[in-house]
Amino acid sequence: MRIPAARMAVAVAAGVAMLITAACGSSGPSAPKTSAGGGKTTGLHLTLLIGSSGDAETNAVNAAAKAWGTKSGNTVTVTPAKDLTLELTQALAGGSPPDLFYVDASKFAGLVKANALVPYGDQLPNKADFYPSLVKSFSANGKFYCAPKDFSTLALEINTDMWTKAGLTDADIPTNWDQLEAAAKKLTKGGVTGLVFSDTLDRVDAFMRQAGGSLLNADGTEFTANSPENLAGLQYVAKLAKEGVLKFPKQTDTGWGGEAIGKNKAAMTIEGNWIVGGVKSDFPKLHYKVVELPAGPKGKATLSFTNCWGIAQKSKNQAAAIDFVKFLTSTDQQMAFANAFGVMPSVQSAKSQFTAAFPDQQAFVAGADYATGPTSLPGFDQVQKDFDSKILGLSDGSSNPQSMVDDLQKNAEAALKSAG
Amino acid sequence: MTAPEQELSDLRRATTRRRSDNSAGERTRSRPTRRRAGGIRGRERWAGLLFVGPGLAVLLIFLVVPIGLAFYVSLTRWDGLSSPFGNGAKFTGLQNYRSLLTEDSLTRQNLAVSVRNNFYFVLFVVPIQTMLALFLAVLLNNRFLKGKSYFRTAFYFPSVTSSIAITLVFLFLFQGGGAVNRLLDFVGIRGPNWLADSRGVFHQVLRIFGVDAAPDWAKHEFLNLSWWDWLSGPSIAMCVIIILVIWTTSGTFMLMFLAALQNIPEEVEEASEIDGATQWQRFRLVTLPMLRPALLLVLTLGLIGTWQVFDQIYLTGNNPATITPAYLSYNQSFQNSMFGVGAAISFLQFALIIVLSTIQRRLVGTGEDY
Repeated sequence: MRIPAARMAVAVAAGVAMLITAACGSSGPSAPKTSAGGGKTTGLHLTLLIGSSGDAETNAVNAAAKAWGTKSGNTVTVTPAKDLTLELTQALAGGSPPDLFYVDASKFAGLVKANALVPYGDQLPNKADFYPSLVKSFSANGKFYCAPKDFSTLALEINTDMWTKAGLTDADIPTNWDQLEAAAKKLTKGGVTGLVFSDTLDRVDAFMRQAGGSLLNADGTEFTANSPENLAGLQYVAKLAKEGVLKFPKQTDTGWGGEAIGKNKAAMTIEGNWIVGGVKSDFPKLHYKVVELPAGPKGKATLSFTNCWGIAQKSKNQAAAIDFVKFLTSTDQQMAFANAFGVMPSVQSAKSQFTAAFPDQQAFVAGADYATGPTSLPGFDQVQKDFDSKILGLSDGSSNPQSMVDDLQKNAEAALKSAG
Repeated sequence: MTAPEQELSDLRRATTRRRSDNSAGERTRSRPTRRRAGGIRGRERWAGLLFVGPGLAVLLIFLVVPIGLAFYVSLTRWDGLSSPFGNGAKFTGLQNYRSLLTEDSLTRQNLAVSVRNNFYFVLFVVPIQTMLALFLAVLLNNRFLKGKSYFRTAFYFPSVTSSIAITLVFLFLFQGGGAVNRLLDFVGIRGPNWLADSRGVFHQVLRIFGVDAAPDWAKHEFLNLSWWDWLSGPSIAMCVIIILVIWTTSGTFMLMFLAALQNIPEEVEEASEIDGATQWQRFRLVTLPMLRPALLLVLTLGLIGTWQVFDQIYLTGNNPATITPAYLSYNQSFQNSMFGVGAAISFLQFALIIVLSTIQRRLVGTGEDY
């Protein structure tokens, strides 16, 4: 060999460097390559990234994946993410996203704008069966993008022991703002606060909507955050907070409404379906009932929180993924999920089954008819957090409702402008 | 002679020559060695490169390239949902920096608040933790102290425990109805709701003297924050984190001081004693100057570390009372999908740390050793 040792050394070093870079570049499983968007639907390997609420959900999704895999002749790897937003972002930025993943309604607009999602919703046979408000949450540019996975709505939870002890009966269950205030006043005594809910726009927004307001105008093109209706909703919250009959979890040394009611620090709270499972495991002795949110001056309103089954634009197995979603959103499969981890099916055909199986959760289902989804806009997160951070100040008057909605309007407009 | 053989003999000769320079036989046989550019030393350089190659590659891939990428991202508008080099990212030049510093926006306001928070954090943590660490080290260095290793472990313990675990414990201690407030109740003080309290400490002190609102001169704004707000002092929530960080990090720095103290020759101290120095004089005029390199190290590490505080802030949640630039950068990137702005914030922070470290180096000493 006439190769000088030195040159060999360089070659070796370069080889090592290339190996390392190559190893870094090609992460992810080597899935069988089929033509993109092709019709092939068997013998494939799909990847599914989920933001699981716990073992119950992970196991249920795994079981569903196995069932569909056997039926269709495919295999599915289910990966529960520790932090879904983070992991999904990394996967998308790296150019190798999972075929299928949960999409939170508040992140939907960003993903659509980045052209990360396949708009497959209109191909689903049970398209008309989904609740219209959920379909709206996952539609953009006139296209129905992804099938709603399930959903939760906000309702009022009442500690029944405290309720009866305060001399209240079923006839006193609040159906309007005045009754809610009266009940909260009656229930506030000693270490117990009448009403406790999280200091976030995701609760306050419900009151704004009950007052006839909304953050965005009807076609979602302009913000109307500082409308008199929104202000009225916030002022009502401020009034309760100032009277001390409404407190926020931080003021009761708790993390959220479910903990406040579970630890007997609150007689009432406003949370979604997730409270059922949370209370069952942490505070099994709590007696409570779930009722619809009281109506405001402009009628009933509540908020819905939902995820959809997003299919990646970059996925090579789109046809199979759509088939998988059909299976996952079928009425039977959704009821299986509801039984396993307490979510509400996103299809109306499961409504009667659900209320029969879970009569206590009637109020959550009822909310579906008048619920609205969260504001989805890239860059809105910090706007909302800024608003949220001021809610606590309503109690001691250090935050002014008028300037809060004005700031919200100003910052949201800026976010809309920079996102546009 | 083939090329490899030639090289081998060259090499062998080089080593022998170094070992026995006067060997006559070697000298008579030696030919002119400068036949090729670089010669013997050149080959050593290649061998050296081969040996540092893997390390260099790792540094390049995991340090230099990410920093370069982050800088590139800071010049774009990228939502993190597609490749930063594709259509998803728009190259905007210095727009992110310009809007952060000059445009009236919520992001700029948050940046100003976070810089203020972090400034007070550094202002309190660095001097106190340094003094505390030095004090503990001097105590432990006492020759007559019994149970030295016990105290050393005890003081160092918070440093080796997970910061997440310790922060969680502090969150419980400082809850509105937590242990700290219960204790205060005993002595008749009604404690604040520590971690939710965004009131500035300086503002509270001024309130005692009857200054309740901003005087006219302090109403002017700088980066969306009035001078009155800039001068608020650390928020009460931040004070909890200041206490926490001082407690956890002074152990590490104590060890550094202890090592430096043990390096001071006993003779020097004895000599000063014979010269009639009092204990305080000895500490101030002998020990402290000899600790200067360690002091510089501790201050620099402290300054850099405190400007990057993140985990404690992350756990206390998104609260304007405690956000710092590091947290804001994370929040802008991953929560708000503005990776360009997030990266730009971290580079601004980088610049700030460089400037402050340089100033501090000038102040503390010549920095001969570091």
